[in-house]
Amino acid sequence: MSVVYERTKGLNQNQSIYCPGCTHGLEHKLVMEVLEELGVLDRTIGITSVGCSGLMFRILNTEVVTSLHGRAPAVATGVKAVQPDAIVYIHQGDGDALSIGMAETISAASRGENITVIFANNNIYGMTGGQMAATTMVGDKATTCPAGRDASLDGNPMRACELISQVEGAKYVERVAVYDVPHIIKAKKAIKKAFQNQIDGHGYSFVEILSTCPTNWHLDPLASMDKVKNEMEAVYPLGVFKDE
Amino acid sequence: MLKEVLISGFGGQGSLLAGQILALAGVMDDKNVTYRPVYGTEKRGGLAFCDVIISDEEIGSPALEETECLVAMDENSFTRFESIVRPGGTVIVNSSLVTSQPTRDDVTYVNVPCNEIAEKVGSDKTVNMVILGAYLGSQDYFLPMDTVEAALREEMGPSKEKIIPMNRHAMDEGAAAVK
Amino acid sequence: MAKKLWKGNKAMAEAAIQAGCRYYFGYPITPQNEVPEYLSARMREVGGVFKQAESELASINMVYGAAAAGGRAMTSSSGLGIALMQEGIAHMCATQTPCVVLNVGRGGPGLGTIMASQQDYFQATRGGGPGDYYCFAYAPWNLQEACDLIQLAFEKADEYRMVSHVLVDATLGAMMESADIKENTANTENKDKKDWAVDAFAGRKDDDHRKIVGFWNDPPEAVAFNRDVLKAKYDIAKEKEVMVDVRNCEDADVVIVAYGTTARIALNAMKIAEENGIKVGMVRPITLWPFPYEAVRENTKNAKGILVAEMALGQLTDDVKIAVGPDANIQHYGEDALGGVMPSPRAIYGMIEKIAKEG
Repeated sequence: MSVVYERTKGLNQNQSIYCPGCTHGLEHKLVMEVLEELGVLDRTIGITSVGCSGLMFRILNTEVVTSLHGRAPAVATGVKAVQPDAIVYIHQGDGDALSIGMAETISAASRGENITVIFANNNIYGMTGGQMAATTMVGDKATTCPAGRDASLDGNPMRACELISQVEGAKYVERVAVYDVPHIIKAKKAIKKAFQNQIDGHGYSFVEILSTCPTNWHLDPLASMDKVKNEMEAVYPLGVFKDE
Repeated sequence: MLKEVLISGFGGQGSLLAGQILALAGVMDDKNVTYRPVYGTEKRGGLAFCDVIISDEEIGSPALEETECLVAMDENSFTRFESIVRPGGTVIVNSSLVTSQPTRDDVTYVNVPCNEIAEKVGSDKTVNMVILGAYLGSQDYFLPMDTVEAALREEMGPSKEKIIPMNRHAMDEGAAAVK
Repeated sequence: MAKKLWKGNKAMAEAAIQAGCRYYFGYPITPQNEVPEYLSARMREVGGVFKQAESELASINMVYGAAAAGGRAMTSSSGLGIALMQEGIAHMCATQTPCVVLNVGRGGPGLGTIMASQQDYFQATRGGGPGDYYCFAYAPWNLQEACDLIQLAFEKADEYRMVSHVLVDATLGAMMESADIKENTANTENKDKKDWAVDAFAGRKDDDHRKIVGFWNDPPEAVAFNRDVLKAKYDIAKEKEVMVDVRNCEDADVVIVAYGTTARIALNAMKIAEENGIKVGMVRPITLWPFPYEAVRENTKNAKGILVAEMALGQLTDDVKIAVGPDANIQHYGEDALGGVMPSPRAIYGMIEKIAKEG
């Protein structure tokens, strides 16, 4: 009997903690499949951040360095300084990449660090219980904007790819989604390109994945995917923002 | 009067909500209360338990090192906390999910098939109210059921008024199951 | 307000509103998220300003700005986030701008755990920012006291132009208990008469009258500032603002020194001791700064031994050692109880018994 499909060697058998309908599990799987296919699993170092994605350390079959909130790009910079041929895999959420870590995000891109950042945009702070994120859309509710985000009181949402693609030093910036199979296939291609860039020493690559958070959105998994497709995509358009 | 109860289940079963309602009922009955919730970082699935203390006196520690009563909503909760029940105390066991056998002869075990009862009542989300009713029934209704229903009503808010009767029914069924 | 069942974090937030706080800047961190969540609606209800900052670093600087402009402001976080605020806190001490910083403490060090510890004692009382400075540090042991102390913290911050830390732990933040939150407690003299604050509309344009909040010192001025302004102020605070709760210390065999939730848990241990005929007293610091050195010394001098109980490896213990000197018999309880493992009344009693029997 031939094996048609099996778990990637990049993931171990530990149970992940992600909620039903959360796309984090899928995202980690895509990344680890890519790293296995590119033949670099054995020199990958995962750099965790703070948020739900921080718990990826349990399921990756790689070395891991844990970072403080927002600092993963800086930590990755330190790791790459000592081991330039290591492949670093950073996975960040909204708060990590765009709020507390904004300086590190922009500066790492500006310095042209040879790293790959996978950014899960799920419009909310998941692990801490559903507070507003930099990416929460106007009108959407969160625990720190319970009446719905009001631009005049709570500020405007931030578009990561649009911002980062402006930074000289960022080489490849794409926004993808994973709400159906065609989009998953495209997302995996983008992830592959982002890591190939790192392997080639080409420079800073950033892939934003429109993600779900059923628990804090108070939607079921299918409705969550619909939200990405019908609401988020309009505010955060998919596509390639930079490809140098 | 001093009542101690540790209510434990997995995230999503409503163990913490049950404890909150009990605490609120205690305050409505003019008692001193403390309610201490404990849960992990996962939003779903991890252990979730609370210590509830209801007393006429000033309450010292809000954390129960030992407890008069344990309400075990799942297998993990039962095995983890069975040993800290005081001799002479009570364990309310959700027999729908707890498979381990009792290991002590100095506490009373009350088996209640909460998941089945909740389904019969009309929603598996009422499993926590079933076991809360069972707890109160086993403790001689030291808080009146009507007070607890009032606490439930206040906790849920006016928008949830429609589901109150079903939840009260769940409490009553739980209490009936321990007779 | 009527006595009512409150979740710790929410009650403390409401107490701040009742104390006249109208500016809150903070960032999500477990286990204090209910504070910004509650205030995101409530602060705007009372016409105040709530902003979720991009980080704790930004939060303390927003607080500083609001304070410099004469507002009664606060932030909240946990030890990890307060670590990011150290530079800002030191700067507020240097500029004598007041505020309240609420720490709902969790296990450390670093990312640590999300559950209760008392490991930020040094952080609150020994600083971590640059230079010589002190902040008030209030340590309530139950929800009622937490509400009362937050309100006091605002008053003392304004009165002395200092930063007031309020230290609770994750247990108190998450638990529910009854509290009667006193309404409208702001002393408006303290709150509104801030002639040192900047005011764009005061028309003070000439060099003799305009206000500058903060400036760079040259060495001679730096000496005078540190010694004659800051130290002089801290000396007055040490004289007048100590708060401590002393129980049953007369003829006590053993005296417990503990604060916050640990002190409550110690009550259970004291009960067990009483049942076993051992006399146990307790000295409970309510202000960790200024620390009640005198009360600790006086109330422990006749005991066989002192048991310092804290959810930490030995932070409060250092201050007790300073209070009682090198010859005292001091035992420490807490190595096994931090980061979410609650102190054990039985274990505390075990140590009490040992001290009572063997000294």
